[in-house]
Amino acid sequence: MPEAKLVLQGVKKSFGENPVLCGIDLSIARGDMICLIGASGSGKSTLLRCINQLEPIDEGTILLDGQDISEPGIDLAPVRRRIGIVFQSYNLFPHMSALDNVVLAPRRVLHEASEALHARAAALFDRFGLAPHMAKYPDQLSGGQQQRVAVIRALAMQPEIMLFDEITAALDPELVGEVLNLLRQLRGEGMTMLLATHEMGFAREVADRVCFMDGGVIVEEGPPKEIFAAPKHVRTQAFLGAVLR
Amino acid sequence: MNRRQAYEAAQRRRSLTVAALSTGGVLAGLILLVPLAPGWPAVKASFFDATVFAETFPTLLQAFLIDVMIFAWSVPLILALGLAIALARGARAPALFPLRIFGAVYVDVFRGVPVVLTIYLIGFGVPGLGLSRPWNSPYIWGTVALVLTYSAYVAEVLRSGIESVHASQRNAAICLGLSEGDTLRYVILPQAIRRVVPANMNMLVALQKDVALLSFIGPVEILRQAGIYKSLLANFTPYVVAAVIFLLVTVPATRYADYLLNRDRNARS
Amino acid sequence: MRKRLMVSVLTAMLASGVAAAQSCHEGKTLTAGKLTIATGNPAFYPWVIDDAPESGEGFEAAVAYALAAEMGIARDDVVWTRTSFDQAIQPGAKDFDLNMQQFSITEQRDQVVDFSIPYYTAPMAVLVRGIDGLVPEMETLKGLKWGVVASTTALPVVLQTIAPEESPLVYDDNINTVEAMKAGQIDAALFDLPTALYLAAVVLEGGQVLGQFAPEQSDNPDHFGALMTEGNPLKECVDTALATLKENGTLAAIEAEWLQEATGVPLIR
Ligand SMILES: Nc1ncnc2c1ncn2[C@@H]1O[C@H](COP(=O)(O)OP(=O)(O)O)[C@@H](O)[C@H]1O
Ligand SMILES: [Mg+2]
Repeated sequence: MPEAKLVLQGVKKSFGENPVLCGIDLSIARGDMICLIGASGSGKSTLLRCINQLEPIDEGTILLDGQDISEPGIDLAPVRRRIGIVFQSYNLFPHMSALDNVVLAPRRVLHEASEALHARAAALFDRFGLAPHMAKYPDQLSGGQQQRVAVIRALAMQPEIMLFDEITAALDPELVGEVLNLLRQLRGEGMTMLLATHEMGFAREVADRVCFMDGGVIVEEGPPKEIFAAPKHVRTQAFLGAVLR
Repeated sequence: MNRRQAYEAAQRRRSLTVAALSTGGVLAGLILLVPLAPGWPAVKASFFDATVFAETFPTLLQAFLIDVMIFAWSVPLILALGLAIALARGARAPALFPLRIFGAVYVDVFRGVPVVLTIYLIGFGVPGLGLSRPWNSPYIWGTVALVLTYSAYVAEVLRSGIESVHASQRNAAICLGLSEGDTLRYVILPQAIRRVVPANMNMLVALQKDVALLSFIGPVEILRQAGIYKSLLANFTPYVVAAVIFLLVTVPATRYADYLLNRDRNARS
Repeated sequence: MRKRLMVSVLTAMLASGVAAAQSCHEGKTLTAGKLTIATGNPAFYPWVIDDAPESGEGFEAAVAYALAAEMGIARDDVVWTRTSFDQAIQPGAKDFDLNMQQFSITEQRDQVVDFSIPYYTAPMAVLVRGIDGLVPEMETLKGLKWGVVASTTALPVVLQTIAPEESPLVYDDNINTVEAMKAGQIDAALFDLPTALYLAAVVLEGGQVLGQFAPEQSDNPDHFGALMTEGNPLKECVDTALATLKENGTLAAIEAEWLQEATGVPLIR
């Protein structure tokens, strides 16, 4: 068993009176691709946002390479730098070209020299087939292209782990493929990834493990073959029955 | 040209004709009918005296330079202070709560008090505390009054712009590891400022006119000079001259701003 | 000329003054049998005491009643109204027969409105705050920072007669001018002598009248006349009555009563 990159222990989070995460235990090995599935409102997004500390957690610990990053009061910027996240709505900066979107954070946060940085960014665009669109503004790109630029933007920070929150959910069906291909490519390159998704086919194909969330806990987890072919838990069965029908 | 384009072109021609005819009709009515009014000769002599116009124009133009000058050095100060106040109002950290309160009070006070009153209070009041020349100059303190008032308006406009940038933009920046300051500077403000340019342009046109209020505390700018002529010549034509000079500047300026905005908008869509 | 006037005045008086005068103003006033006189809003000491012209107290109020009496109009038939300077000179119908608020008679103004013959000739006087080290000499005056009221004829006097090194500041009214002096923004201001005395005594703490210009020192000494609409037929009656008041010493007596402090202010050399 390879060493754990990210470990969640008993993570709890509620919004006011509404408990959303009720004790999450999860361990992600280096180079793993984990898919989170579950009904809308089951807390997938909240979990991802808690990992990167956009939401403070109420209880439990989150360890990144063994370091507790959920401790109140620690400097979050260096932690966030190591964790890339991409959302359903691409959130590109509309006033910047695709290239500027990508180089902003490395320039300001990592203080990379602009020549080397531009070369690196250009290589990223090239790698994911977006080289012709580097100079375009977000509103000149299709949804699929924007979402890929958003991924490149996160990758440009050279994160150690990537979180994806239903990044294909807002796309037209014919554009979903190009984004999923990008994820496959990343997996091939050995990136550690945690993604919330409704693309069951994709999860079954590429995930190392699938976690089914319901009622604020991970009800069942295992290799996709097991989960999809023979779910043990009744709630998993009900969910998969509904979405795979 | 397809059928739709032909139809739209015909529509445009029609509305242009209607607009031209109605404008021409109103103008002709004014030009022909107003002089028929019994009081017209007197009004004409009081407001449109060609000799007075020619005689006062050069001096008034020169006095207008004072307005331009005050305007020119006020604008950067207003924008800088307006931005600072807007940021103070939007400060998020709990420790900065007093700053937010200050920002809110500042905006309420200076938007609530008429500009003229602020000009009097600061233009006469502050120097009255015992400053000596040249630090008690009405130009300095009049400018301060204008900057205080207008930065309050600009701050509100900017703040609305900042709030109109969706929270997800901030999140995206923070997730990339950008600091609060960089997020503001590179992500939020560029979008916010772009959105409030039209509102701020209107503000600047208003400022251009309010600069004349500084004449209350002494400077002989164009409106004051016109007033002096009015009283010496017992004739209102100098005000018409002043209006013409103002229009010569403000109309092209607003048109140019509109043009820039449109260009920007077209380039981005 | 003088003799002819005397003769005509005497004739008028002889032919039962009141009856003759009555026929003069008949049909020429706004309201038959009444004389409507405008004053400032507010009207100031020593021209009108306590802003109450009906009392007949104050120089202009007293002159107004004397004038009415001379024209054969009973005290009760004098109606008071208020106008600003602008209202007085704007074109169109007026709601006064006479307007008396220290209007200086100038050639240019005379082209737009009518003035009576002067009822007072005001020397210009220099108001300062603290007389220390100042002497009433032209050389001293040139080095001072000047302020004047826009609608008065003081500005041309400052510019032409004194020609100071720094350009003067200009204000809307007496109070603003005094305020600027308190703020140290101006050293000296030019008013007609009675106004300067009043401001020094009542309004400006520490104010003093440095000196006055002898009427002949100014290119056009300040003659106050009652303002009327251009071509007003009443002017003839008003002028006749004022001439009488001058001849028989009434004006001098009123002046002595209300403007007596005007004597004793040193002349500027
Ligand atoms: N910022 C928030 N404030 C209050 N409630 C929230 C907030 N974010 C999420 N929730 C609630 O948390 C629950 C889980 O939401 P979410 O994590 O978005 O689920 P999922 O991503 O699985 O659809 C929902 O009931 C949602 O209403
Ligand atoms: Mg979600």
